[in-house]
Amino acid sequence: MTSLRGKVAIVGAADTEVGSVPDLSATQLCVDAVHRALKDAGITKDQVDGLVTCNSMAEPYMYHAEMIAEYLQIFPRYCISVGAGGGTTFSILHHAASAIVTGLCETVVIAMADSLRTGMSKAQALAMMSSAGHPQFESPYGPTIPAFYALIARAHMETYGTTPEQLAAVAVNARQHAARNPLAQKREPISIDDVVNSRLIADPLRLLDCSLVSDGGAAVVLTSAERAADFPHTPVYLLGAGEGHGHEHISQAQSLTTSAAVESGRRAYEMAGLGPADIDVAGIYDCFTPVVLIELEDLGFCAKGEAGSFVEAGELGLDGALPTNTHGGLLSHCHSGNPGSMFALTEAVTQLRHQAADRQVEDAQVALVHGQGGIMSSHCTLILGRESG
Amino acid sequence: MAEHDGKNLPRPTPETATYWEGCRHGKLMIQRCGSCGHHQFYPRLMCTECMHTPVEWVQASGRGKVRSFTIVRHAISDAYAADVPYVVALIRLDEGPTLMSNIIDGDPERVRIGMPVETVFEVWSEDLTVPKFRACD
Repeated sequence: MTSLRGKVAIVGAADTEVGSVPDLSATQLCVDAVHRALKDAGITKDQVDGLVTCNSMAEPYMYHAEMIAEYLQIFPRYCISVGAGGGTTFSILHHAASAIVTGLCETVVIAMADSLRTGMSKAQALAMMSSAGHPQFESPYGPTIPAFYALIARAHMETYGTTPEQLAAVAVNARQHAARNPLAQKREPISIDDVVNSRLIADPLRLLDCSLVSDGGAAVVLTSAERAADFPHTPVYLLGAGEGHGHEHISQAQSLTTSAAVESGRRAYEMAGLGPADIDVAGIYDCFTPVVLIELEDLGFCAKGEAGSFVEAGELGLDGALPTNTHGGLLSHCHSGNPGSMFALTEAVTQLRHQAADRQVEDAQVALVHGQGGIMSSHCTLILGRESG
Repeated sequence: MAEHDGKNLPRPTPETATYWEGCRHGKLMIQRCGSCGHHQFYPRLMCTECMHTPVEWVQASGRGKVRSFTIVRHAISDAYAADVPYVVALIRLDEGPTLMSNIIDGDPERVRIGMPVETVFEVWSEDLTVPKFRACD
């Protein structure tokens, strides 16, 4: 199998305004993200020959990427919308990198945005909530999205003795990072007590264990490593990519406490020739606090069952063993649905360019980002670096 | 059965009709492979263990243990609001497969992982009966 290692680089990256952005529709946010990323890359839209998006929930189109291309009046030779839930972003990058390496196209823009906070009707929000469950064998029982994740949280607590305070430490870490990010949606400090005393949503998950509901989008520009030096910013190279797919519905999961992040991580590490100890900064999908614990374990940053104490010890902080979600994550920066993990990607680029200002991880050389979609269903891990090999 | 109006009603398909028909008659029907003996749920065209086809329908014991659970405090929609707080659980049947359901007829706070449960059938309409679970010895 041809390895993608070091063969493509991110040469442009940008976020839109995030949080509550009522004056821009989901389509406009997506286009705004493209506009900003092209500016960052110092190229014009005519130089884009690949466009990849994911569909919006607030403003869906049957062929979303074609819609965005049409709106921008660009005419790519590679144009596709991908949907794999919260894992979509990194899966897209995996596929787009393959398209570049196999010669399908040269310069791909990956753009994703949605308006979950101000752009959704009540009917759309209800449909979204109910769509996560199996229509015959889960949804009739009234499971909310937090309830699905509560099932894995409870199982992890039962099996490994994980505590509510350890779950809360994930949320507190995210907020501490967000406080250093002027663009984050939620920046006021929170304590462990605040989290464990916040309103119960679906036991054991409380309000502050749950991520935000946001508007926002982001885009990156991807091209071949050979061309990357021609762009204005330090290129960020793709060193490893791996996916793992375990199930669609949580009631069909073989394990509630170990996910296909084990496979996606192993595949990404193998491609990169790196391991967990080589990672300087991480973006770990944090739609709900227990997800971070399971992914940290599955990606090898600590032993199974020990992520609770790892996080509680402050290891995800700027001075910890694995500074994680330094932008504030889905918990405190922005969660606009499927596009949410784009911000972990653009943050990794910012960190590896050494442009993260107050939240910069000193001399960051290698970043890992991990996304999951569905209910711990589809997993994708990317490893990125300042050097191509 | 107006109290179930607006809920997420399952729509049986030819593949699942035997299951829902069983519920209407108070039987929890799952599939068993005639070749390797594997039990499976939800209903499928072939055995997920050995790909043998066709698979047979058998009546499950209706008994199992709680694999995990949550108490939903904020209903998914108005139609479920009257049920709050309600327990959503994953139940591993004695035959092996896991299914999602509600645990009813008891204090939600007393539900535990590993707790033995048995099926109770809740009639939602003339055409639809939904299997739920309650604690048992």
